[in-house]
Amino acid sequence: MAITVRIPTVLRPAAGGQAVITGTGSTIGEILGAIAAEHPGVQHQLFNADGSLHKFLNVYINDDDVRYLGGLNAPVADGDEVTLLPAVAGGAA
Amino acid sequence: MTRYASVLDLIGNTPVVDASALSPNPNVKIWVKLEGRNPAGSVKDRVAYSLIRAAEADGRLTPGQPGQTLIEPSSGNTGIALAMVCRMRGYHLKVVLPSNVSPERRQLLEVWGAEIIDSPGSEGSNGAVRMAQKLAAENPSWVFLYQYANPANPLAHYTTTGPEILADIPEVTHFVAGLGTSGTLMGVGRFLKENVPGVKIWAIEPPSGEMVDGLRSLEDGYIPPVFTDNDGANLLDRRVVVRPRESLEWVRKMAEIGLFVGISSGAIMAGAVKCAATIPEGEEAHIVTIACDDGWKYLSTGAWTDDLDEVVERAKRIIYF
Repeated sequence: MAITVRIPTVLRPAAGGQAVITGTGSTIGEILGAIAAEHPGVQHQLFNADGSLHKFLNVYINDDDVRYLGGLNAPVADGDEVTLLPAVAGGAA
Repeated sequence: MTRYASVLDLIGNTPVVDASALSPNPNVKIWVKLEGRNPAGSVKDRVAYSLIRAAEADGRLTPGQPGQTLIEPSSGNTGIALAMVCRMRGYHLKVVLPSNVSPERRQLLEVWGAEIIDSPGSEGSNGAVRMAQKLAAENPSWVFLYQYANPANPLAHYTTTGPEILADIPEVTHFVAGLGTSGTLMGVGRFLKENVPGVKIWAIEPPSGEMVDGLRSLEDGYIPPVFTDNDGANLLDRRVVVRPRESLEWVRKMAEIGLFVGISSGAIMAGAVKCAATIPEGEEAHIVTIACDDGWKYLSTGAWTDDLDEVVERAKRIIYF
């Protein structure tokens, strides 16, 4: 088992072009930090200048928004799927 | 009371039905508020009427005065509801509509005489919002109610939907609804948090960011001002993505207990079921959810009758939320 991280189209050019990568770390902060360390161009798209999660980036663990699960400290376990999605206007309107 | 002076008096006071047959937990009740019972067919009737009345109250619109034009981005239901109210008040409505909504949504706009301006389907609601903002800026005489930022949107839910829920289900412990403009969640959520100690608010959303391929960078992202103005990040307790397959599976299960509701209502029910599954054994809970509209507008998608795999693929290409 591994941690799968799904990269949205808009971030792929800066993240090595891959749609799915294997995550390393036990929290969302560690996983995103490892991605930024490998692909420095993606750093400012994952994090705000103060190190918090980028305001237009939503991150989900198994489709649950991490902002309500502890943010960057949200724990991630083997077998989890992490999805990164840009914040866009929802349908409903 | 069965006699009404106006169709507009039919907005709100929708019924709530027990859908606990779908609950995975025998101690957890699931209640569905049927917003499809509103006269233009969705929860957005409340919002449209509230937006128009607020604009009339502050003088931006005057009923009966000729030559007044409104513009609004909508993936369907707000546009349809606004079209009905505008027809009754004598206003001309232009709706910026993503080209990939279900054909029935487009037809309903035409029923009430709205003018449709197409925005690229690949850009989803994001593209419609952007185009409406640009057109409104270029045409300052048009009235732009902008539901994504207008306080009259959550206010409609704070003053009507929320109190109705509390009156009908005073035992409510959880409220689960869809996140679009965030008007329902902010309005009902704030009302319930002020009146029901310990109530939890869950937001359900489709994977919109996956479907939008027109984004050039994250900076093109969008968070509705209604969400930030109401401190949505702190008001919500949980935010969960429900994918098209799960939405369709639940819309079919709802039909099995007689509930013929739109596809977003299937997504919200899927979220309510996830919520029910988190309630510890032996603990009682009452989850209230919203069915935003009925199924009529989605018959052309084959949601209830066609092969599920085919419908899932089709659903990925249309905006149903």
